[in-house]
Amino acid sequence: MLTREEDVLAAAEAWREAGRDVAIATVVETWGSAPRPVGSHLVIDGDGNFLGSVSGGCVEGAVVEEAGEVIASGEPRMLEFGVADETAWRVGLSCGGRIKVLVEKLD
Amino acid sequence: MRLEVLKAMNAARRERRAGAVVTSLADGEQRFVEAAALAADPLSGEIEAALRMGKSGVVTAAGVDYFLTIQAPAPRLTLIGAVHISQALAPIARIAGLDVTIVDPRTAFATPERFPETPVLAQWPDEALADRPLDRFTAICLLTHDPKIDDPALTIALRAGCFYVGALGSRKTHARRLERMRAHGFDEATLARIHAPIGLDIGAVSPAEIAVSIMGEIVAALRKKPLRSESAAA
Repeated sequence: MLTREEDVLAAAEAWREAGRDVAIATVVETWGSAPRPVGSHLVIDGDGNFLGSVSGGCVEGAVVEEAGEVIASGEPRMLEFGVADETAWRVGLSCGGRIKVLVEKLD
Repeated sequence: MRLEVLKAMNAARRERRAGAVVTSLADGEQRFVEAAALAADPLSGEIEAALRMGKSGVVTAAGVDYFLTIQAPAPRLTLIGAVHISQALAPIARIAGLDVTIVDPRTAFATPERFPETPVLAQWPDEALADRPLDRFTAICLLTHDPKIDDPALTIALRAGCFYVGALGSRKTHARRLERMRAHGFDEATLARIHAPIGLDIGAVSPAEIAVSIMGEIVAALRKKPLRSESAAA
């Protein structure tokens, strides 16, 4: 589904109003060729449903997972993603950029 | 983020008011600052600069990093003329993220059958635009070929400072249009903002191709980056 930033944030408000747990992830810094600009949002609910994107698909899975923990603890987290390390199990950005993503609970 | 902060930002978006969410990266403290209430904020200078660029980002003040989430009104596109080009341009523009409205007082053209997914107002432009004012986050295309319909919309668009004003018609038609606008008192700098003949020069022939060329020109105007060919010429 094609969504704009304001649709994503409107959904976050609607989800919270409907009683769902919600976390908002925001791209706060990028280096090199990052796929989504600073200010891009991904919103995630307690069941792992999400809308929007912070990387065009490369690291969304990891952000959704971290969002579950942020929702549980209520503590915001700053995540950093870089180039995928082929020898490790880490997710990464195939484009070679790096991004910093703030994940916070909506309360 | 507190729900009140998100609600304030979403409400401003809906009402087409600019602003910024300020998040302290040191302690997570957050507030929404309306552009209209900027002067009272301790980060007014930083926020003002970010708003002008329309870019979210990190700023540092007194040794603390803050993230500014900039919210500028969503770009809109108003099409004067429920014509063949509009039938292609409306869906293309919607996919590109613009809110599209079509205005045409000719009821034979302005029908929901011809535009199943786009709001069509069968009104004269001065009536339609009084209800839904143009602003500098709005693009407008004049596509009817009829000065009775196009000209009133053009004068309103030039006064509203629309970020893109495109007008269909040959150079000859446009020269006559400029004469009429001069009679309305517009100066040359203002008239130079009209994109005519409309659209990027990509050799478009069919209505759909012309729509693509117009869409490209609107994106260029929105993002304010000179085209490679223009930079080379400058």
